[in-house]
Amino acid sequence: MAALIEMREIVKIYPNGVVANDGVNFSVDRGEIHALVGENGAGKSTLMKILYGMERPTGGEILLDGQPVHFHSSNDAIAAGVGMVHQNFMLVPSFTVAENIVLGQEPLRNGLLDQAEALRVTRELSQQYGLRVEPEAVVDSINVGMRQRVEILKTLYRGAQVLILDEPTAVLTPQETQELFAAVRKLVDQGKTVIFITHKLREVKEISNRVTVMRSGKVMGVVQTEDATRESLARMMVGRDVFLQVNKPPVTRGKKVLEVHNLSYVSETGRTMLHNVSFNVYGGEVLGIAGVEGNGQTELAETLSGLRPAATGTASVNGKAILNTNPRTVRLSGVAHIPEDRLTNGLALTASIDENLIVDRYFRPPFHRGLFIDYKVVEKQSADLIQEYGIRTPNGKLPVKSLSGGNMQKVIVAREFTSDPALLIAAQPTRGIDVGATEFVRDQLVKQRTDGKAVLLISADLSEVMSLSDRIIVMYEGEITGVFPDAASVSEEELGLYMLGIKRQTKEEMEAVL
Amino acid sequence: MPLDVVLRGIFSALFAASVLRISTPVILPALGGLISDLAGSINIALEGTMLVSAFTGVVVSAYTQSVWLGLLAGILAGVALSALLAFFHLSMNTNIILAGIALNIMATGGTIFLLYILTGDKGNSSSLASGAVPVINIPLLKDIPFFGTVLSGHSIFTYLAFLLTWLVSVFLYKTRLGVHLRAVGENPEAAASLGINVKKVRAIALLLSGFLASLGGLNLSMAYLNIFQRDMTSGRGFIALAAIYLGGRKPLGTLIAAIIFGLADALGNQLGSLKIPSQLVQMIPYVATIVALVVYALRTQAQVRERMHKFQQREAEIAAKASGD
Repeated sequence: MAALIEMREIVKIYPNGVVANDGVNFSVDRGEIHALVGENGAGKSTLMKILYGMERPTGGEILLDGQPVHFHSSNDAIAAGVGMVHQNFMLVPSFTVAENIVLGQEPLRNGLLDQAEALRVTRELSQQYGLRVEPEAVVDSINVGMRQRVEILKTLYRGAQVLILDEPTAVLTPQETQELFAAVRKLVDQGKTVIFITHKLREVKEISNRVTVMRSGKVMGVVQTEDATRESLARMMVGRDVFLQVNKPPVTRGKKVLEVHNLSYVSETGRTMLHNVSFNVYGGEVLGIAGVEGNGQTELAETLSGLRPAATGTASVNGKAILNTNPRTVRLSGVAHIPEDRLTNGLALTASIDENLIVDRYFRPPFHRGLFIDYKVVEKQSADLIQEYGIRTPNGKLPVKSLSGGNMQKVIVAREFTSDPALLIAAQPTRGIDVGATEFVRDQLVKQRTDGKAVLLISADLSEVMSLSDRIIVMYEGEITGVFPDAASVSEEELGLYMLGIKRQTKEEMEAVL
Repeated sequence: MPLDVVLRGIFSALFAASVLRISTPVILPALGGLISDLAGSINIALEGTMLVSAFTGVVVSAYTQSVWLGLLAGILAGVALSALLAFFHLSMNTNIILAGIALNIMATGGTIFLLYILTGDKGNSSSLASGAVPVINIPLLKDIPFFGTVLSGHSIFTYLAFLLTWLVSVFLYKTRLGVHLRAVGENPEAAASLGINVKKVRAIALLLSGFLASLGGLNLSMAYLNIFQRDMTSGRGFIALAAIYLGGRKPLGTLIAAIIFGLADALGNQLGSLKIPSQLVQMIPYVATIVALVVYALRTQAQVRERMHKFQQREAEIAAKASGD
């Protein structure tokens, strides 16, 4: 069978000299689900952006149905039947679902927009492909799962025959992932072809027919899924054996470090984002918070770290109250915080690595003497941390924004772990960073816990929560709906039911184990 | 003049008419600013654009002795200035605020310079016989007491301002380009991924804002007054920007906010006849702008506090009930 899409000898060199694709051959058959895997920076996204017309290749050719094509923009790709669902959703928040779906190709009547037609088309597509959406809901108010279905419908509305899904499960619960997989299979049944970008190898095994593995801009291999194991794929991706399991030595629980009681938070728009949240974190344990994103986890991390005011409740670290103070007071009370959004809250992008490594301590000796900062000490610390944490950079003078995502995160981790905290709040600590850096950050988190620190881990990656935590709390709509005192004895599916609000423990049940 | 005469002046049809007249040169640029702001390219140069259009209209109408050619030239000059801003911002990737400030300064100095070259006067164009846009007396309506005085006898610009508020509203919410424009302003990446040309849409938005600002400028020099005076926009382009935000970035809201500023201005004119230093009275529209923005901010904050307070009360009640059981 001739390939539907064939990309031959694709080369992409960016103006700054980075070679993102180095002679890549990639082919997809009609009606298959083809997984494209690789670490961050392996060149998967670049390759798909080229296929989708967002980037122009430096060399190579693309054949669609055996015919050479030249995409100058996404418009050309869309016209040729190629659609892409981006990892960060490309939706307009204040528009309705239907408005987002037809955006760019709106149905008109008498020269003006035809809303009724937009709604009709949305309903029709939604039914045809079993992708459940509310056409009239404003995108701002719908959950992540539905937003993703809107994205898929958008490409279908444009007549996509080939759908590129870029890490579609990164933000989904296990149940939502299953729902997505069912929809993907339905798409293929109706004659569509799906390219599935991911680095979750278990999903590769579950959904795909074939796998292409990329590493540093090159294709390392193309295999039939049934012939591959997770271990063999991981080895191809990273180029060495990877320990998919976290090594977690047993530790006896220490004293109570963080005590949170009846914490509530009301957003500026009046929504109750946290409602009477109570829990404790002890020294020598990782308390994991599981939950679909947007169920109050961000607000929890940010009220505890002093970035947002709480409406009610108390929180203390080693007996010292921290709520409604300010970030510096909270930090001086022994709290370190790896924020969820490292680009806005974690780092000053245009400042140097040196400077980013002292933002929480520049005012203290030995960094500060008299009126001025002692840059000799700063540079010494920086050089040590770059070495110790394996931050890949020629020196500490470079602006942080010149680093890759994984190395940026290492800068934050280096700063937060060396502030000698009693409590470490880690929000989405491995989001968007490659397998190597992820392994490193996870190891460091476990090391902190083994050293007797209290770790509060908030992550949308359920497997991360499960493998790192000693205890797990599930949050749903701003409330704690489940407490699992032994993380090792709970299944992913069980947690998923709590994350979706289908199951919840009673107050008494939770108090019994908290 | 005694106070009661002033008060009688305020509660009169003539006063209401003057509010509409004074609001017009704020409404028009505000609508323009709204369009570019919703597209994500805030046009700081509204002020300078108005000034350039006001000047060009006067000069061209004086030399050609044609009001219409004057208007056309004024519009073209305003649109050209916006095209320049679009070029700096979209093609050369300069910061739009800095480029806008530069254009404003250039407009202030440039109009005075050219005025001096053409007339030998640095203050105003009184030596030029420039054209004026006639007022429109609406048949029948003009004979109705009170309403006739308020609504009839304005220049074409005043009627245009209201018509354009409606047209801009239709444009933004009912046309394809309008929807693309709002999408580009809210999530440019999303728009681009659907094949919408972000730069093109923003360029169109800036040109439209230039067009509307030029009408505001022409209104000043060819209808409101019939001469050009240096700095005759006196901050209206900036007040227009304030009106956009006060109006919640909606056409009707912007219109209402602009009329509120017009009201403050008209009030200042009336109070000018009292024995209050004129400088103080002239401050009224600007103070009104600041007060309005502060009130707006305080109200938003109060709403947040109110919600939090309500939440705490509700929680306390629930807790009291629970302990009572």
